[in-house]
Amino acid sequence: MDFLAEFFRQLAEDYPRWNFIWMYQPVQQGKILSGIWMTIQLSVACLILSMVIGVLGAFAQGSRNVILRSIVQGYIQFFRNTPPYVQLLFFYFALGQFTPTYSPDGWLEVPIISNVGWAIISLSFFAGAFNVEIFRAGIEAVPESTREASESLGFSRGQTYRYVVLPLALRVSLPALNNNLVNLVKTTTQAFGIAVPELLYQSVTIWNDYPSALYPTMLLVFVVYIVLVGLLVMSMSRWEKTMRIPGYGS
Amino acid sequence: MTDWTDKDPIVSIKDVHKYFGELQVLKGVSLDVMKGEVICIIGPSGSGKSTLIRCVNALNDIQGGSITVRGIDLTDPKLDKLALRKRVGMVFQQYNLFPHKTALENIMMAPTLVLKENEEDVRRRAQDLMKKVRLEGKEDAYPGELSGGQQQRVAIARSLAMSPDVMLFDEVTAALDPETVKEVLVTIKDLAQEGMTCILVTHEMGFAREIADHIYFTDNGVIVEHGPPATFFSEAKDPRTKEFLSQIL
Repeated sequence: MDFLAEFFRQLAEDYPRWNFIWMYQPVQQGKILSGIWMTIQLSVACLILSMVIGVLGAFAQGSRNVILRSIVQGYIQFFRNTPPYVQLLFFYFALGQFTPTYSPDGWLEVPIISNVGWAIISLSFFAGAFNVEIFRAGIEAVPESTREASESLGFSRGQTYRYVVLPLALRVSLPALNNNLVNLVKTTTQAFGIAVPELLYQSVTIWNDYPSALYPTMLLVFVVYIVLVGLLVMSMSRWEKTMRIPGYGS
Repeated sequence: MTDWTDKDPIVSIKDVHKYFGELQVLKGVSLDVMKGEVICIIGPSGSGKSTLIRCVNALNDIQGGSITVRGIDLTDPKLDKLALRKRVGMVFQQYNLFPHKTALENIMMAPTLVLKENEEDVRRRAQDLMKKVRLEGKEDAYPGELSGGQQQRVAIARSLAMSPDVMLFDEVTAALDPETVKEVLVTIKDLAQEGMTCILVTHEMGFAREIADHIYFTDNGVIVEHGPPATFFSEAKDPRTKEFLSQIL
């Protein structure tokens, strides 16, 4: 690896605009790696939480309770019609004021929800609003007649949902879900706005300190996202493939 | 639930009225079906015949009159729908199989989930039913890989797996091409000959004449004429029945 570090050190000397500093300086390398790790953690946490919100929301929307349905509808309207960046700032700066704090050493006041916590909550609710609509559309795509068939066989409402409606709805939802999750992974960069040390945040600190590293670091950010989203899309289409039913749909 | 004996009608429909909003689709329909009987309901589209048999397993509710199945009163607000649906099997025009399950799994689902029967017993029974509907070897095929007629026979087997006392057939051959109609009709005929009580809504006049014990003609929400097939087709008196039959036969 030493020769690689040496190569990039030489490259930076020969071409000052192409300073791949994180290829030979351990401190900057550490920043990039921890940034990537934070981005992955943030993405995975938001993916899972937003899907949970989506399923629960879609289920609540099918309820007979008008109040519950209108709460879900209000939630969707709010999160779908406002910019995710503004939501993030609102959660962190406005709601963050009211969260309780604890003191580990008697001097510091640490809020129980960190900026990372707020980023996960805010982004999950943002993507969750779309997931509710995606899952709802999937549930509605299951023909009434299929539901009637299971009803006429004596299935309870819960059994009809669990064994018939949801497995079919999920298959219908996957392509749209795929799109939304791809967007979610990319939207995690906005957590930069509340100083979550993810990849973009770390990259900006690097190119602020070393302007000569601007181009290489931007290039790196692009490459990392292409790879991350590529992995997500790959696993989603593998999932779609295993769920495919012979002779059903396209 | 009242005491029911073999001498009472297994399905008793009395003066049934059914509305969809403002629209009245059943205007006082009455008929009785005895155990082992096969009855066919015929009539033009929109005459309420499908609605009537959907009422018999409580997929539709009724606004007036009464329906009892083996003594179970369907108008009872505390009706145990599960108890009813164990007794009554239904087969639909569009088959309505579960597309994500294989043929065998389609048949096994209700007995294992609803009746909580032992899975191995159910599997054996499901395999026997596949033989009965002449689909041996198609156990692992998904509905999308089967022809319409094959799907419909799986749907019949799926209903039979619940060991019902009455089978309802709602225009089960209407979506099939003429060649596959026959294989489905043969399956139904086998059932009828084994003594299964069947209520069929059908447009297959020849079939109705062949297997029905009694034929009902409905038009505009009422039963216009009925009788055993021997007299029904040749001696229809009502002008609407005559007109309908003249167009079809």
